[in-house]
Amino acid sequence: MDQKVIFLTFLGMLAVTYIPRALPMLALASRTLPEPVVRWLSYVPVAVLSAMLFPALLLKDTSFNFQPDNYFLWAAIPAFILAWRTRSFFGTVALGMALVAGARYFFG
Amino acid sequence: MNQINRVMTRQTLREKLIMTIDAVAGEEADSPMMSAIKQVAPIIMGYVPVGAAYGVLAHQAGLSMLNTVLMSILVYAGSAQLIAVGMFAAGMPPLSIIATTFVVNLRHLLMSASLAPNLKTWKKWELALFAYEVTDESFAVHSVRFARGDLNKTTCFGINGIAQASWILASWVGFVAGASIPDVEPLGIDYALPAMFIALLIMQTKNKMHVLVAGFSGLMAIILVQAGADQWSVILATVIGATFGVGVESWTKK
Repeated sequence: MDQKVIFLTFLGMLAVTYIPRALPMLALASRTLPEPVVRWLSYVPVAVLSAMLFPALLLKDTSFNFQPDNYFLWAAIPAFILAWRTRSFFGTVALGMALVAGARYFFG
Repeated sequence: MNQINRVMTRQTLREKLIMTIDAVAGEEADSPMMSAIKQVAPIIMGYVPVGAAYGVLAHQAGLSMLNTVLMSILVYAGSAQLIAVGMFAAGMPPLSIIATTFVVNLRHLLMSASLAPNLKTWKKWELALFAYEVTDESFAVHSVRFARGDLNKTTCFGINGIAQASWILASWVGFVAGASIPDVEPLGIDYALPAMFIALLIMQTKNKMHVLVAGFSGLMAIILVQAGADQWSVILATVIGATFGVGVESWTKK
């Protein structure tokens, strides 16, 4: 494909990516929102994080993967416990990576 | 004497260790820029291998080096960039690439809205610049920071700027190095972002309602992926999950 066409496609991608990123922030930041909206928005972080995380841990393509070699899932259990007990951002990331690396080293 | 020395050394060592742990854990005590560097570290670990993979694929798809780097500068959205590269390689029309990008990135709308109430005092241009670098990962880090009252602008822009710089640089390295890029899987680096999401999800979970909403949204996302709606799964599961939360909350209050 022509590099110029590719570049012009980027401009379209930029617009459709940037507008949803910027519009809510610009429109809502200076406003006092009604109480139910604020409550709804307060649930967005936990909802969006779980919506991204759960399929990544539990699914392989579209089916559940509880096989022993699903290291992402098994490493998540001690990582969740450590995060919950210590609230340590770094410790959780380090433990998770170490467990996945260790499992690959020992079990392939 | 030797024994005493050894005990002393051990004690100093322990004190040093505790001090180090405190220093790593006590993000508030750092300068704004240092705090940004610490919090952005897992994002970089996640971005570098994925950004390099994007660079490799972009090269194979026939993008020029300039265009490969420009997409990381202009669009800056991991999964959308990887999908777009595949579509360029398949010779898909630009309009369907743009439409797909829109759908894949629409979830940032909700992230932007949820960060907004914390940014009341910010100027419009600051918001416009900050919004440019809202990604899944930067959103997750900022929402936890804002929840604990850290609204420092230097930290905000530091995290975003370093994260995007690492993404751009990795794209370029991937393009140049091609398939000779070493495999990072033995180091578990591909688990940096999932583990970061685990830590940030736990930090966001402050009461039973949060646990309920997290479980419900996660389940919804799985059902949506299984139903074949994976490009819509995150945004739909979030909308359903947050609505469910507000619903249960008002229902239990009555």
